[in-house]
Amino acid sequence: MTGSHAAHPSSLREGERHNGDTNPRRKVVGQRVTRLEDPPLVTGRGTYVGNLNFPHQLHMRVVRSNYAHALIRSIDTAAARAHPGCIAIWTGADVADIPPITFRPTSVQGLEPYRQYILARDRVRYVGEPIAVVFAADPYTAEDIAEMVTLDAEELPVILSADTPPGEFAPGLSTEAVIMRKNFGDVDAAFRAAYTVVEVDVQVGRHSGVPLENRGALARLDHSRDVLELYGAGKRPHAHRDAVAALIGRSPASMHFYEGHIGGGFGVRGEIYPEDVLTCLAAVRFDRPVKWIEDRRENLMACNHSREQHHVVRAALDADARLLAVDAKLWHDQGAYVRTHGARVPDMAMGTLLGGYDVPAYRAIAYVRMTNKTPAATYRCPGRFESTYACERLMDAVAEKFGLSRIEVRRRNLIRKAQFPYPRAMDILDHPVELDSGDFALLLEKTLPHLGWDALQAELAQRRANGELVGVGMGFFMEKSGLGPVDGVRVTVDIQGKVQVVTGASSIGQGVETVMAQICADGLGVDYRDIKVIHGRTDMLEYGIGAHASRATVMTGGATRIAALNVRRKALEFAAQHMIEAPVELLDIVDGRVVRTDRPGEPGIAIGKVAAALSPSPTSVAFGTPGLTAEGWFETAGLAHPYGIHTAVVKVDPDTGQTIVERFHVAYDIGCAINPMLVEGQIVGGVAQGLGGALYEEFVYDERGEPLSVTFADYLMPTANEMPPVEVLLTEDAPSPNNALGMKGAGEAGITGVGAAIAAAIDDAIGMPGAITRLPVTPQRLKAILDKRAGVHA
Amino acid sequence: MNEPLAITLQVNGQSHDIRVEPRKTLSDALRIDCGLTGTNVGCEHGVCGACTVLLDGEPVRACLMFAVQAQGRQLRTVEGLAREGRLHPLQQAFIDNHSLQCGFCTSGFLMLAAGTLENQPDIDDAGLREVLSSNLCRCTGYQNILRAVGQVRDSLKTSGGGR
Repeated sequence: MTGSHAAHPSSLREGERHNGDTNPRRKVVGQRVTRLEDPPLVTGRGTYVGNLNFPHQLHMRVVRSNYAHALIRSIDTAAARAHPGCIAIWTGADVADIPPITFRPTSVQGLEPYRQYILARDRVRYVGEPIAVVFAADPYTAEDIAEMVTLDAEELPVILSADTPPGEFAPGLSTEAVIMRKNFGDVDAAFRAAYTVVEVDVQVGRHSGVPLENRGALARLDHSRDVLELYGAGKRPHAHRDAVAALIGRSPASMHFYEGHIGGGFGVRGEIYPEDVLTCLAAVRFDRPVKWIEDRRENLMACNHSREQHHVVRAALDADARLLAVDAKLWHDQGAYVRTHGARVPDMAMGTLLGGYDVPAYRAIAYVRMTNKTPAATYRCPGRFESTYACERLMDAVAEKFGLSRIEVRRRNLIRKAQFPYPRAMDILDHPVELDSGDFALLLEKTLPHLGWDALQAELAQRRANGELVGVGMGFFMEKSGLGPVDGVRVTVDIQGKVQVVTGASSIGQGVETVMAQICADGLGVDYRDIKVIHGRTDMLEYGIGAHASRATVMTGGATRIAALNVRRKALEFAAQHMIEAPVELLDIVDGRVVRTDRPGEPGIAIGKVAAALSPSPTSVAFGTPGLTAEGWFETAGLAHPYGIHTAVVKVDPDTGQTIVERFHVAYDIGCAINPMLVEGQIVGGVAQGLGGALYEEFVYDERGEPLSVTFADYLMPTANEMPPVEVLLTEDAPSPNNALGMKGAGEAGITGVGAAIAAAIDDAIGMPGAITRLPVTPQRLKAILDKRAGVHA
Repeated sequence: MNEPLAITLQVNGQSHDIRVEPRKTLSDALRIDCGLTGTNVGCEHGVCGACTVLLDGEPVRACLMFAVQAQGRQLRTVEGLAREGRLHPLQQAFIDNHSLQCGFCTSGFLMLAAGTLENQPDIDDAGLREVLSSNLCRCTGYQNILRAVGQVRDSLKTSGGGR
């Protein structure tokens, strides 16, 4: 239908990037307002899936392989079945009709044979792999019964590293799943013409998100609607609902995912795991609600791992230390199966390795290899923590080779402001690369005084003179965010003037409700506390992109803004035609009231009254669609690339090899910060995880593939004691041209450069450039480096 | 032997008559038998502290105790912090300082902090950091938690303490 309330144009193209929305009101956008999410969480009323229960529910407990690689001879369930509390037991044969869990669409060929079935069939490939599930009426009994199930298997040789030659995944199938390549420019010519070549050989250890809440799921068949409900969903409820429905043979409309509270996501929670499919299947087959909650030991060996990559990177340079070409090889340890991310992690690692540097030629090869360890997938800043680390180690090596400062080498090679938007002639995740906006030089110019760089150098020199091993290191990084292409929301004002924003976003604790409320509040003209934001509900909005790849603020925020403007336009046009005799150009919505801008003293009309007037009636139908409601669809013209610099000041204890991080500084350009307090929260939290990966966290295996990091006494994560004060310098100098508010994402920025900055700082502290090649820099590893230098042999 | 025993738990000033196996943890009994799901379980081996409650005024890991061990003792959980709809100063301070993101560690930190400030109202910043390093948070990086607890400590001292 036509009408004066035609929808706000949604697409942003060259020449109309700000969509006519050139001076957005920013009353609550940009403010450090407190979160809408907090009241239930501080009062113990969270709805984490472990807190939910349905009458007559069954509890599911997984039996897991204790072999890293073996042929299954038999699974003995006789004793377990004899337990009086045993309701049922399934092994692979009982779910033989369920296909393996698939991965996101990709142009990468050949990954299908490496997918995981929901229960092992003929072979197990990692310790922790589900081989059976038992069902009982209470969780303690289920655990008792699960311990009575035994696996008889014939051990096979294990492969525990991507560096060792590939072996057999299955008859005729190599454990080298795929070799991926990227290339632009003439790399070989550049190396022939180079003044010099620098090479680094570095590794990142296996670690992962490890949220504080263990995984869980609660499924129930609601016969009043013939809908299978899954509680405990997160991250990508719509896409995963579609995928799980297909796996178990239901239509998407007959299955709904419900996201309550989630105790941390970080990329690993909310993916499709075998246990989620089993829970759904069981709810259907037993026609009883089924609840599954894992314990921490299971989580550490069965929830997605990440990060384990080995990079060998060479740079060709001219006489001025300018990069002519980069040639990278990486060995990616994928673990036992290819899960829902396919080969996205090595793809991103290869595609982002050049960071924010201006490089005319590039070649990258990634060897994606299966090993007999927990399957690996995305963890906050996937592929980019690894590639930033490798690239920054390379740049530090270049500085060392040329006798230049580490900062000077960056100055000479970072992309200049005038070069943006900066394309690279290659794809990442099947999308061409174009870095949208940036000004690294300006950020660096602001960072150094904010750090107190000169005073810091003087202080470090003084302390070194006193014999302390202290140093500073930096990690420069380019991030990616705002993964599109499209998102939509619906905004509705009720007859009391309260607003509901229905999004397909996911809340994993990051504050997405508050951010959307702030954006909607300014777009519509209401108080953000009068807005309720719905997320993670496939039954309330047909489509959704969830929350990952730092996209929620940009994409869902972009859509929220457009929907809010559409509702505002509808309210003003209806009010102008039917409620206030004034031209629509003179009307505005301020503090939830439609007012005349030419009569500032008048009280106007409460927006709820406008909503009430738009209730179904001949008038409202003649005007258009009844109700004060509108959708908004946002299409991004491209990714939004925030960027930053991490700086670490460390002290090394030469006797123990311990690294104490004394200061950590994050300089970050975010384009437009909707809520700086929440952005800082994301950054500081990211730094904590980054420090974990740089210094403490590692999933270690013995030579038989037995995982050794299965409790929090083995897998060490930072506590308050390990955290340095984190200073954040947030700038908005390079807004994204790809959305009206100029927003870029914040979710991953705190973690990206931490490995690089810490490694550089330790090198500096011990006076050994390039000494740090392997993360995490545990005290044992650092002590070995120091001892070797001192000529001490263990 | 796992025969359930009838016990009574005193939680937040209320009695809960429940039947639990001797091996049932206090955290599970609170969550399942008493219906108090505010206390979260993160590891069940006493490291993360998400299950922290107050037992006779002392912070303890509920996952490391059996429910039967808590009989006759006074338990306080996060559900008992707010009084008559008014948030405890710590709860308000956590909101004001953005000291939580996913919220899973929050109950444990609130009880740890509440017990610590009640028992050691003059604790200094270094002491607070030491105590609060008992619990894990995976989201916030701790900075805002430390600041919030320090603020409440300071405001309780200036207002004469007590609650």
